[in-house]
Amino acid sequence: MSIAVFLTIFISAVFINNVILSRFLGLCSFIAISKQTKPALAMSFAVMFVITMSSIITWFIYRFLLIPFNITYLRTISFILVIAAFVQLVEMMIRKFAPALYRFFGIYLPLITVNCAVLGVAVLNSDMFFAQGKAVPASFLYSVFQAVCAGLGFTLAMLLMSGIRERLELCDVPKALKDFPLGFIIAGIMSLSFMGFNGFKF
Amino acid sequence: MKNIFQECVKGIIKENPTFVLALGLCPTLAVSISMINGLGMGAAATFVLVFSNIIISMIKGFVPNKIRIPCFIVVIATFVTITELLMKAYSPALNRALGIYVPLIVVNCMVLGRAEAFASKNNIWHSLFDGIGMGIGFTLALLLISGIRELAGAGKIFGLNIVKGFEPAAVIAMPSGALLVIGLLLGLFNVIKRRDK
Repeated sequence: MSIAVFLTIFISAVFINNVILSRFLGLCSFIAISKQTKPALAMSFAVMFVITMSSIITWFIYRFLLIPFNITYLRTISFILVIAAFVQLVEMMIRKFAPALYRFFGIYLPLITVNCAVLGVAVLNSDMFFAQGKAVPASFLYSVFQAVCAGLGFTLAMLLMSGIRERLELCDVPKALKDFPLGFIIAGIMSLSFMGFNGFKF
Repeated sequence: MKNIFQECVKGIIKENPTFVLALGLCPTLAVSISMINGLGMGAAATFVLVFSNIIISMIKGFVPNKIRIPCFIVVIATFVTITELLMKAYSPALNRALGIYVPLIVVNCMVLGRAEAFASKNNIWHSLFDGIGMGIGFTLALLLISGIRELAGAGKIFGLNIVKGFEPAAVIAMPSGALLVIGLLLGLFNVIKRRDK
């Protein structure tokens, strides 16, 4: 375990392999909720929280349940169930204990269950930080760190996109490209600029 | 019989899951680098879609309304796991190329969307053909996008060189190219839709 590894994970997850712009995870919410900055930010924080927590939970499930019993092929089913249950639980708890926060997150929390970024990062963690049926050293820390960074990358892309689209509301754009198509084209150009981080090595 | 035929055909153009309903875009963009990948992904998603549609329309009668979504997800995840195991056994190269996007079929909004919007309200036959139609529509959309990307990005079709002396635009094969291509295609579909009206 060294700082360089963490730095590599950070640069890679936030910029080079940005969950949205390069791995295409969570595109639906990215396009649908990036019209204004404030909801976009609420969504990003909710996603970041859920990605981190579900990565922690799925790491324990993978390490202490699926591997010892040699049933790693049940990864998909167990992960998605745990994530769905966890999101439901968080929603109930937030509604009970922090109504203001609940109003801030609004409908975005339940939507996260089907956000592929959450399952995607969990699956990615179990692919990257487990080798030959064993956890690599410091695998838990790497997994959690990668989840946080993926969430940061999501937030970054979301903020940039919503900023651009807020300005775009005032522009005259071709009718056929309005909304979704233009959103994808902007994301494409953004992804192009993020490619500048390729080849960043330590 | 005519009715069932309609269920099947509507998914191909009128309610194309990718271009008209805008469902399941994440895997579409990620795997559309080559046509082989596109075809593999389309076949895998069609398999999951058809069988989960059948099972869900069978169990719709006795699943309590409140927990129907988790039940649907379990059914879908089962078929995704079957697909994963089959692909690992019979086509490991394809499995490596598609990577994490195979397990991610579970959260493909197209599959859950059809389960919720169609299979949970219709009988087995209609759901079966809806699944087939949607699957074919999805596969065709994938083939279109990956065809454009493979041709422009690598100068190939299904891995075969077809244009000589053509400098491929590598950017189209990169992630940003996928977003650009789908943005322009969606725009094109909007134009076609407006002209139809």
